[in-house]
Parts: sequence; structure tokens; C-alpha cells
Amino acid sequence: MNFDPSVFFNALTSPTFIQGAEITIALTVVSMAFGLALGLVIALMRSHPWGWLRWLAWAYIWIFRAIPTLLQLFFVWNALPQLFPVLRGEWFSPFLAAAVALSFNEAAYAAEILRAGLLSVDEGQRLAARALGLSPAKVFTKVVAPQLVRVAIPPLANDFITMLKITSLASVISLQELLARTQSAVSVTFQFAEYYAAAAVYYLVIVSVLMLIQSRIERRFEWTSQRTGGRTVIGRVRQLAPMR
Amino acid sequence: MSDNVPNQGRAERPVGHLLDAAVLGEAIAAEASTGAEFVLEAVDMHKRYGRTEVLRGVSFGIHRGDVKAMLGPSGSGKSTLLRCLALLEPVDSGEVRLDGRRLGVRDGQAGRVVSLAERTLAHQRSEIGMVFQRFNLFPHLTALGNVMLGLTEVRGRSRDEAREIAEAMLDRVGLAARRDFYPGELSGGQQQRVAIARALVMNPKVMLFDEPTSALDPELVGEVLAVMEELAREGMTMVVVTHEIGFARRVAGRVLMMDGGEIIEDAPPEEFFGNPQHERTRRFIEAVD
Repeated sequence: MNFDPSVFFNALTSPTFIQGAEITIALTVVSMAFGLALGLVIALMRSHPWGWLRWLAWAYIWIFRAIPTLLQLFFVWNALPQLFPVLRGEWFSPFLAAAVALSFNEAAYAAEILRAGLLSVDEGQRLAARALGLSPAKVFTKVVAPQLVRVAIPPLANDFITMLKITSLASVISLQELLARTQSAVSVTFQFAEYYAAAAVYYLVIVSVLMLIQSRIERRFEWTSQRTGGRTVIGRVRQLAPMR
Repeated sequence: MSDNVPNQGRAERPVGHLLDAAVLGEAIAAEASTGAEFVLEAVDMHKRYGRTEVLRGVSFGIHRGDVKAMLGPSGSGKSTLLRCLALLEPVDSGEVRLDGRRLGVRDGQAGRVVSLAERTLAHQRSEIGMVFQRFNLFPHLTALGNVMLGLTEVRGRSRDEAREIAEAMLDRVGLAARRDFYPGELSGGQQQRVAIARALVMNPKVMLFDEPTSALDPELVGEVLAVMEELAREGMTMVVVTHEIGFARRVAGRVLMMDGGEIIEDAPPEEFFGNPQHERTRRFIEAVD
């Protein structure tokens, strides 16, 4: 076998890879944040009494789930500046284009997850909150949202992990994220195994951290006075080796 | 207390003084005397869902400190009536009056009646306590958190103040030891008592109960009725939709029979159960007693 560990470890600790990972993480977080915010608006529109708002939300989800993410990236990066000259400036960077495309894409998926969460909240909860005298905004933030979030965490964590990997598509619009940097390193040295392995390790580590964060958040939403935390595999591991 | 209230036999304290101005830190609203004849009044209330007419001209008034028990078969409009009284659903026509003040609507142009904005409605709702058949406690909050929520979010109390009030009220319904438990960790009877405490700390003028014991195991009914009886004894104005004939006999000043969206019988318990005027009432009493 021809695997040079020193090349692998050099790649792993090289500034190129670290910066690539930083861009990957930044793009993931930014796209998820905007995608979630927009997704919540669309989810609320989907259950709005006004018919045309519901239709608009439905059309949004239809379009952004149907068109391949890669096509959406190309569209934002190549087609939009043709249509709108404002976007031809230096400021419209690959990162910005990717963030826009991925946010709009994620919003369609997040909207459906959040809608499922909204539907899962018992009607009696809203009723009881209104009977107490809570304003519509507080009915949502204090009573509906916490229950919606609990249901939405596992599928949203899924989306988060998917997003992390989808950011690699942005390499095609010349964003220097982790995969793009791996490819350019490989094209010089042709040491595929070492560089690909290094990139894989980065993705593994980032996803592991995401899963840890997920289990922490899930624990907060267990709603029990007994804090055992032994329900998930990670929970059991944490019991053996508590991290504080 | 009555003989059919079972002794709970747990490490829970019995029901204490519920309407205590010292607990709420303000005068008890249910005891405040006003000029109006009725604390709560329904005036010719109509409500329909699509083609079904659920309320067909319901009118009644309830004096301060009175308890009205409302019986009737399912689908007779009892729950809808309570929801309309609690301003959770708008009526198609008719009025709800609290202390003589018309609720939920204002006069619009050309003599039309306009529904109030949801925010204004919210404030009016906070003066009416509502207890649901299925408790509807907030599962993400502890017993204490459930009782505190209205105080901090509607009454604008500080968290410390709210905690003090909520702890005292949970103590009075016999649940001091359960305050840090989540609803999922409480029995049905305990959950319903938390729900009553949650409504009581808002210092309501009236309390509405929508079949408060119907979802409970038989052995847990007594502990909830005990709280309600104490509340009635202390002078809370109450409308109770129930199938508990015994409770209606003992506690209610008047018993109402609802059928087909109308009140067909309205009499003191002795008369209601002893000599019902309406054939439907007689058959219903025989069926549930």
C-alpha cells in the first residue's frame, strides 16, 4: 500500500485545510440560519387563513425542492448578475452567492419540518394559552415554539449535516471551501488517498461536533425532573465520561 | 367535606385557603362587589359551525359567588358555550357580559358590532379562568412554570414575585411537593389541580370548568372536586359543565340542562333532580345517575 502518513498529517494541519474548513463551517451556519428564519415564515404562511399566502408558500416549496441545488447555485452565481447588473460588482462574492442559493434552498425543506412541528402541537395548548390571556405573539413564543422545536430538532439536525456536505457544491462556483482546496492540492501532487482522507477527517469531526450539540439540545427538551440523560447513545457515553 | 371525596392517603397536604389576598398580593377580584346584577351574563348567544347551529339563543345570568352546574348530552353545545363565554370563540350574535360590561366586541359604524383585536381580547380573557377537560398543561414547563406563566407574561409580575405566588397557590391545592415536576410526571388529578392553580393565580372574576373530571380515573376525581368545592365555599363564581351529579347536587346553586343548543331547564338542584319539568331532563338524569 502506498499511503504516506506524513503527507496526510501535513494536509490535516495545513492552513489551507483549516481555512477551507472555516469557510465550510461559516457557509453552513449562515445558510442554516437564514434558511431556518425564512423557513419559519413560509411554514407560518402555509397555515395562514389567507388563501393566497398559503398558495405562495406552497409554490415556493414546490420550486425550491424541485430544482437541483447545483442548478440553483449556478443560477444565483451566473444568471442573476446577467439579469441584475447591480450584482456584477466585486462585492457579490462566491461566498455570498452560495449563501443566498443554499439559504433559499434550505428554507423550502425547513418550512416543511417546521410545519410538521406546528401540526404536532395539540390545539388545546393554544387554547389554554389564549384562555390565560397571552397575546398572540406570546402564545407562539412561550407555548407553541418550545413544543415545536422539540419535534423539529432531529430532522433539523439532519438538515444541518446535509447542509455541511452540500456546501461542497459551492466549489463549482470557485468558492475556496474544504473540497475545492482538497481538489487543488490533489491536482498538484496526485496523492489522492492522503488528501481525500484528510478532508474526510474534517467532515467527520465537524459532523461529530454537530451531533454532540444536537444531543445537548435534545437533553434540554426532555422535560423531566430527573436529569439522567441516558436515553440516547451519546447520552449514555456522556454519563460514562461527563463533559462539563 | 363530603363523604364521597376519598382520602388521598399520600404525602400531599389537604386543600387550603384558595382565595387569599395575601397570596396574590392584591384584592380578590371574585369578591369585589360591583353595581351589576350579574357577574357573568350570557344574552341570547347564537353560534353556528357551517350548517350546524350549536347555540340557539342561550341566555342566563350568574350572581357573584354562585355556582351553576351545567348538564347535557355530548353535542348539546355545553363546551361551545363555555368557549364563547371564555372569549375563545366569537359568537355570531348575542353578548357576553362581565360585571355588566360587554366583552369581545365594540360598536362599529352604522350600528354594526365589531370584534375586538386579538390583543385586547387577550386582556379580557385574563379576567375569566378556564379549566379544560384534558388539563392542557404546558408540557415544557414544570408545575410551577405552568402556574407562573400567566403572572409573568400577562400580569407583568417579576419572576421572583410570580414564583412566590405560584408556590403558595400550589401549596394551597396540595401540590407543594410536586412543584418541580413536569406535567408528564403527574397524575391526572394532580395535573388538573395545577391547571386550577394556573387559572386562580390570575385572580379571575369567574371560573369556567369544562368537564374537569371527565378525563380522570375514578379514584382521582375526588381530589379535584375537593378543590372545586373549597373554591365554591370561598365564594368563587363558577360555571361547571359536568357529569358529576353528586357535585351538582351538593355544590351548585342552580343546575342547568342543555340540549340541542338551548337551555331547557334551569332550577335549584332539589327541583332539578326531584321534579324536572322537561322530559329530556328526566331521561338524562336517569341515564347518568
